[in-house]
Amino acid sequence: MTKVKVYVMYKESILDPQGQAVKMATQKMGFTEISDIRIGKYFEIEVDADVATAKAQVEAISEQLLSNPNMETYHVEIME
Amino acid sequence: MHFAVIQFPGSNCDFDLLWAIRNVMGAEAKFVWHNEKSLEGFDGVLIPGGFSYGDYLRCGSIASFANIMPEIKGFASEGKPVLGICNGFQILIEAGLLPGALIRNNTLKFVSKWQPLQVNNLTKFSSEFAENEIINLPIAHGEGQYIADEKTLSNLQENNQIAFTYEDENPNGSLRNIAGITNSSGNVLGMMPHPERAVEELLGGTDGKKVFASILKNFCEDCF
Amino acid sequence: MTIEVSPEEIYKRKIYREWGLTDEEYLKIKEEILGGRLPNFTETGMYAVMWSEHCCYKNSKPLLKKLPTEGEHILMGPGEGAGVVDIGDDLAVVFKIESHNHPSYVEPYEGAATGSGGIIRDIFSIGARPIAILDSLRFGQVDNGKTRHIMDQVTAGIAGYGNCIGIPTVGGEIAFDESYAGNPLVNVLCVGLIKHEHVQKGQAKGVGNSIIYVGAKTGRDGIHGASFASKEFGSGNETQRSAVQVGDPFMEKLLLEACLELIHNHNEILVGIQDMGAAGLVSSTSEMASKAGSGVCLNLDKVPQRETSMIPYEMMLSESQERMVLCVKKDHEKEVIALFKKYDLDAINIGKVTNDGLYTLYHKGKKVAELPVDSLVEDAPVYYRKSRVPRRIKEFATCKEFIPEIEDATETFKELLAQPTIASKRSIYETYDSRVMTNTVVAPGSDAAVLRVRGTQKALAMTTDCNQRYLYLNPEIGAQIAVGEAARNIVASGARPLAITNCLNFGNPEKPEQFWELSTAVDGISESCRVLNTPVISGNVSLYNETNGSPVFPTPVIGMVGLIEELDHITTQSFKAAGDLIYLIGETRNDFAGSELQKMITGDIFGIVKFDLLEEKENQDLVLTAIQKGLVKSAHDLSEGGFGVALAESAFEGKFGLSVEFNRTTAQLFSETQGRFLLSISTHKEKEFEELFGEKAVKLGRVTDDGVLFIKTSDDLVELQTHQAYDIYEGAIPNLMKQNQ
Repeated sequence: MTKVKVYVMYKESILDPQGQAVKMATQKMGFTEISDIRIGKYFEIEVDADVATAKAQVEAISEQLLSNPNMETYHVEIME
Repeated sequence: MHFAVIQFPGSNCDFDLLWAIRNVMGAEAKFVWHNEKSLEGFDGVLIPGGFSYGDYLRCGSIASFANIMPEIKGFASEGKPVLGICNGFQILIEAGLLPGALIRNNTLKFVSKWQPLQVNNLTKFSSEFAENEIINLPIAHGEGQYIADEKTLSNLQENNQIAFTYEDENPNGSLRNIAGITNSSGNVLGMMPHPERAVEELLGGTDGKKVFASILKNFCEDCF
Repeated sequence: MTIEVSPEEIYKRKIYREWGLTDEEYLKIKEEILGGRLPNFTETGMYAVMWSEHCCYKNSKPLLKKLPTEGEHILMGPGEGAGVVDIGDDLAVVFKIESHNHPSYVEPYEGAATGSGGIIRDIFSIGARPIAILDSLRFGQVDNGKTRHIMDQVTAGIAGYGNCIGIPTVGGEIAFDESYAGNPLVNVLCVGLIKHEHVQKGQAKGVGNSIIYVGAKTGRDGIHGASFASKEFGSGNETQRSAVQVGDPFMEKLLLEACLELIHNHNEILVGIQDMGAAGLVSSTSEMASKAGSGVCLNLDKVPQRETSMIPYEMMLSESQERMVLCVKKDHEKEVIALFKKYDLDAINIGKVTNDGLYTLYHKGKKVAELPVDSLVEDAPVYYRKSRVPRRIKEFATCKEFIPEIEDATETFKELLAQPTIASKRSIYETYDSRVMTNTVVAPGSDAAVLRVRGTQKALAMTTDCNQRYLYLNPEIGAQIAVGEAARNIVASGARPLAITNCLNFGNPEKPEQFWELSTAVDGISESCRVLNTPVISGNVSLYNETNGSPVFPTPVIGMVGLIEELDHITTQSFKAAGDLIYLIGETRNDFAGSELQKMITGDIFGIVKFDLLEEKENQDLVLTAIQKGLVKSAHDLSEGGFGVALAESAFEGKFGLSVEFNRTTAQLFSETQGRFLLSISTHKEKEFEELFGEKAVKLGRVTDDGVLFIKTSDDLVELQTHQAYDIYEGAIPNLMKQNQ
């Protein structure tokens, strides 16, 4: 079995309202050095296959399901 | 009684609540902006529903850091009434004034409809109802599933802090069908259903009036 | 990021073509407008979006002129952000419908969400408080995962935006057809309420007055979104599209409250206000200046930017959401900035009004554009497209009349109740907050939504309608029916129809058959609007709704608002008491072409659609009179599935039964003849009621308390328990959505 992590983030050109609102809150709380916050999604996935197959499959689902390539990018990491 | 209706950026039931308490119940009420630092002159605090700060991060989490919140905590510790409805309930939980947590509905969907509830009339916010009365109030939320550990739940039950429970179908997966709870001293109530939406026959029902009537009756002696 | 190209290269390599400008259009800019000068990169980009169909209606303008737009209560017709209709008591209702079809296919959640955001801004830019949202949606058949995903995400996007901003979603409609599989329709109607004195215009006038930018920062979102909406879809390039816009309803809520506070409390310093919608900054500022006959000069260094190194072209064309432009009297900028600061919003002075009639832009100290303002807004070419009757229309004209044969009335009845277009949409509308603002008297599920008007005895009824199947068979008659049905829904709720807004969703106007559909549909709308006395006060055109060469069904969605003079007149479709008498208003004929029954039995639609507009009007007038006289306990408009389905729908809420003797065939029980109503009345009003209606009303039975739907026809019998019918009706869509593939 292979464990894989996937991070999905908005593309840099896409507005992240949630990140903006949280950043605004940190400013109000006095953490004025916080200059940007972007919020994404994080997945932990288990695949019953070897590393190469697992990576290929997870990349496929990342492309087709976990992210929308029109607005998001993803990043796949093998955990073990 | 003079009520403060707290407005956060993104509150959207603020006007409804003001209308209900002022125009329908005939009490005095005024908006208080989240940046204010005083609740002087008020005898009750009402925190309306909505999406404070867009419900971003966690519902109620950013609002719980507003300037007015320490004031509300002080107000509550003096035994004065604080009512949080829907997003107001979420804010009270994030601020630590009520126990437990509210998470995403188990259906994963926002739910908006009239919901039957059973009332426990032993709280100061529900005393005007009959014992175990079944009432109807609108609900409208995406994150109303109440959860807490077993010990907290037992305490709530034993101390008569569970004011409202969902009747018939549980719309969001809340443990013990919880729709509204008070703090242990009984002067802070958080509830997901919207009593302010049920104060006129024209709009489908008036069961919500008794929530406000209970507050006016049980806390009013303190204000004279 | 966009790389700038020199004016010479744009000219030589015909780069303007990639932005949707034709050779003729480019030459017109170069020769007629700029006197031989080559437009630079920024200027060419601005013309490309301003002269796209989405912004200038170059293909539809000649047709839109045919629509009736005037009436005695109309305070403001098409041309501004939305239309305004007087409702007395110094109040007016403001409404408009808009499409967000293409973005909703590319990114269904954000596409639908930003669609809601855009139309809401149109309403509050007039100065009105938005009080309701309605959505008209079209999807492919719910038999595949892709469509289910789009439907799930579109409805979630609508819920996400509307619920958060706190405007109730009170109604709309959803229909399904294969033609929408690759091109769903997402049309959003927003209704607002305003005092007469607060009505604003999108204008920039008074030399030296300031142009103030408020709201979200500008990013590279949706650049060329407007021209993108004016091109048809092909497969293979789905991921090449420019960045999707993401909606921020929280920001919009702040913007809404700040703008209304400015309009209501500081009206004397506000000259004009406009939403930055399609084609963002260029479209809003040039339209504001052109309307007032002014010029405008902007300093782009001042524009709040979310991303680094943005070039003028990107700033001008960005479609970042939740932004507005204000024109404020000079020396009053600080008051405006302070007001917006309370809401944590940017308000920045980016330029001023001039009297030179020019649209001038500066960036980093250099002049980067200088054009006549009117050339952007007024000089776009107008095309008179070729029109040709599609072959199918001739074939339908010669079809043999289709009379369905029904073997088992009860089974057919049950099957009809489960058709997605007929079945309950509760699982969807219960995800919309329909009661926030506490004005909602009739929530989704009846004919029209009804909201009370605080401080008066009045209420507003609102609906969206369009049965695209009738339009496919005959665009002119189908469009007449769409307006007729909308009015029927309004009347059934106790209201007098006031006016309409329309969203014309059609295919490619450059193809003669598809242009013919658009053209004849506009004729149909015009005819109905004249007869029903409901002028068109606003609207939107969405063309190029086509995937791989095949267009969607012609779908002119009609949004209508009506006025209920007394709260007592509010009427719903649900039966109120056992023993009440059931009447059918209007004659039932063999109208099966395009009907739900025809589609269900044959899998297809064909034949001749008929409609008697005058009969429709007469019946509506009678029903409204009866309601206003207090004779009617429930009223339901007859539409898909005919009398049979209407009977069941009226019985559900109160779990009533009914006993009806319908002196016609079982097939006719489901016929879709227009202009008909199902009414229930108390027995003691029978005499007065029959005197009013004469032969127009036929008593067919009674409401019962036995929980059984019993309908005898001339050749068969429907008999089933109300709760059984209800379970089918309620369960159909959730069951379809649950399937895995």
